[in-house]
Amino acid sequence: MNFDFSDDQKMLRDQAHKFLSEKCTTKTVRKVFEGEHGYDKDLWKQIAEMGWHGTAIPEEFGGLGLGYLELCVIAEELGRALAPVPFSSTVYLFAEAVLAAGTDEQKKKYLPKIASGELIGTFARSEGAGAVTPKSIRTTFKGGKLTGKKIAVVDGMDADFAIVLARSSDEAGERGTALAIVDLKGAGVKRRVEDSIDPSRKHAEITFDGASAEALGKPGEGWSHTSNVLNRAAIMTAFEQVGGSDSCLAMAKDYALQRYAFGRLIGSYQAIKHKLADMYVNTELARSNAYYGAWALSTNARELPLAAAAARVSATQAFDYASKENTQTHGGIGFTWQVDCHLYYKRSRELGLSLGPQRTWKDKLVTELELSNAA
Amino acid sequence: MDFEDTKEEAAFRAEANKWLSANAKLRGSKSSKDDMAEMENGAAAEMAASRAWQKTKAKAGYARITWPKGMGGMGGTPMQSIIFSQEEAKYDVASGGPFAIGLGMCIPTLMTYGNDEAKKRFVWPAVQGDEIWCQLFSEPAGGSDVAGLRTKAEKDGDEWVINGQKIWTTGAQFSDYGILLTRTDPNVPKHKGLTMFWIDMHDKAVDVRPIKQASGGSGFNEVFFTDLRVKDSQRLGEVGQGWQVALTTLMHERLAVGGGQGGGLDVKELMSLARTLELEDGPAIKNASVREKMADWYVRSAGLKYTTYRTMTALSQGKQPGPEASIAKIVVASKLQDISAFAMELEGEAGALKGADAPGNGAFQMGWMSAPGLRIAGGTDEILRNIIAERVLGLPQDVRVDKDIPFNKAPGGR
Repeated sequence: MNFDFSDDQKMLRDQAHKFLSEKCTTKTVRKVFEGEHGYDKDLWKQIAEMGWHGTAIPEEFGGLGLGYLELCVIAEELGRALAPVPFSSTVYLFAEAVLAAGTDEQKKKYLPKIASGELIGTFARSEGAGAVTPKSIRTTFKGGKLTGKKIAVVDGMDADFAIVLARSSDEAGERGTALAIVDLKGAGVKRRVEDSIDPSRKHAEITFDGASAEALGKPGEGWSHTSNVLNRAAIMTAFEQVGGSDSCLAMAKDYALQRYAFGRLIGSYQAIKHKLADMYVNTELARSNAYYGAWALSTNARELPLAAAAARVSATQAFDYASKENTQTHGGIGFTWQVDCHLYYKRSRELGLSLGPQRTWKDKLVTELELSNAA
Repeated sequence: MDFEDTKEEAAFRAEANKWLSANAKLRGSKSSKDDMAEMENGAAAEMAASRAWQKTKAKAGYARITWPKGMGGMGGTPMQSIIFSQEEAKYDVASGGPFAIGLGMCIPTLMTYGNDEAKKRFVWPAVQGDEIWCQLFSEPAGGSDVAGLRTKAEKDGDEWVINGQKIWTTGAQFSDYGILLTRTDPNVPKHKGLTMFWIDMHDKAVDVRPIKQASGGSGFNEVFFTDLRVKDSQRLGEVGQGWQVALTTLMHERLAVGGGQGGGLDVKELMSLARTLELEDGPAIKNASVREKMADWYVRSAGLKYTTYRTMTALSQGKQPGPEASIAKIVVASKLQDISAFAMELEGEAGALKGADAPGNGAFQMGWMSAPGLRIAGGTDEILRNIIAERVLGLPQDVRVDKDIPFNKAPGGR
């Protein structure tokens, strides 16, 4: 039994932690949260120089070729710091989609630029409120041209390229779907920043009006590639969520150890102690599920879809609970703009929605259980 | 990251399997659920089987793997102990049973605080299952607050005279010996006036009365002491040091790594049930609210399973497990209660039946009946949350108004 990260991986986590606690304080987060820019350019450049973007990208495509366990420990620290950079869109989604479905030529074209930090990518799925299903996709990709509208595209304002889930034929269901890579700076693309609950990750509405795009993978495979990429991204995002939960628990604990009420530290009241104990329990369960996801990711295990759904649901629940109860522990001051509680509260919900809501993942989880009979 | 044994662990596993297959039969389809039903009342046949299996293991050093050779152990590692339990679970043997408290808590306390004579006398008979021990701590007036206990021990020459009552004593009805925490000085604050003894449960001054539990079984007891006389040489630790001794005992009450509490009722069993039932809108397994709940419980079960893997990894690497090991019982007990209640919901009006009249022989009804006990025994959910908050997170202890005043002056109706 060796269900833990290696010493080297832990060292990488410690380095990432040290770096981010210096270079990415909540002041850094607030600059993006309250500002015009979609991300912190200095931070983005520095982490690219350290090679983080290319952690799991093979060396032949300009990456470090380390692996997914290494990427997971970095994700945990990015999540802990609420890092305001388009890392998840570019690395967990765009790069993963190119690695999974791209031709050799496409890998050579995009991956080295991702590894070097020159290229920001994103993945556009949703077109409106409600579940994203093959049926809900109306954007078309025909004859190399994209037409339609995507909403709530994370980092969509700053991305250079987007992978777009579109309809490539009139075949019903997922058989009619395809992925396309589009240059967001090209003709026929219009973008508008959307108001969102977490402006430290800017969301965009992107309209395509016959924009030139290239196919990623074969027609008819759009939906299955998307599912696979989302599964992988869900695991890495779960590490971000676990990191965020840890931050909330640390913040709540610090406050409970300095705030007095009725002549006692509030941390001595069971109402607070039990709340924090529950935060701890949820976070540890989520961490363990995320570890299992990391194992599945790093070995490309058959269990990956189940592991991903469990990691996703567990981590979303942990971060939601920790962020809302951190605010509650702080009382009135926790509901002010000035105190950081709301940064976590908002990021938690944003991460919980951006790869699809819990409801969707829970249904996937049970479907996987039915298939594997492994509950 | 992998789930493989190290070379040494694999070798130990193979060796354990070789021994097990020579001494027992594979379990086959018999589930752990059946065991739970069999064990609850310590039925005579089951007791005899447990003793026989314990004796076989003790001779081979598998009874307490981490204990020294010649004491029922083999000087092994905690990881080897886990590996053996995993393999043992595949065999149809009476592996649970009445020895856990004695060997897990009482004997280790005796080994730390008992005199040489006591160690020589008691360790081996306990390891090989000839003698059963119970732990006499909780009282009607002191459960979670065990240091508030009132059972009195008064010095009389070279003896102590003990009067009082214990409660919730698991296995007292078939125990031969027990370790007993008493109050020897009511004039000092409560933690300072306690003293520990080992006692003979067959003494006629000890009266054991089984308690009928809400679940119908009688796993635990009330124990009354009327002028029980014990020798001073039966004292474990110094006079007034009983609390420290008790902490040693409780420290040994470790997480049962790899062991599944919860009576074998989990998402898998709920799924099996949901596959067979029809609801208003079709098969239960296709119902969105059923699926959502199954997912909620699955992530807690899986999270716990992989937390155990993390603990085992630490043990495998010769490290102390992290504090994450402390979350198990909180998660398991309330999940059992929730899953059972939900399964009964799915069964509808038939869910109110039990035993052979109930769907699935009433497995979920039995889980539902036992869950309240599981949420209380061995530390209530609330005490366990206090422990996490205080020992893991470093939050302050509760205000304890009776901490610094003499026990007999403290509020509490004494």
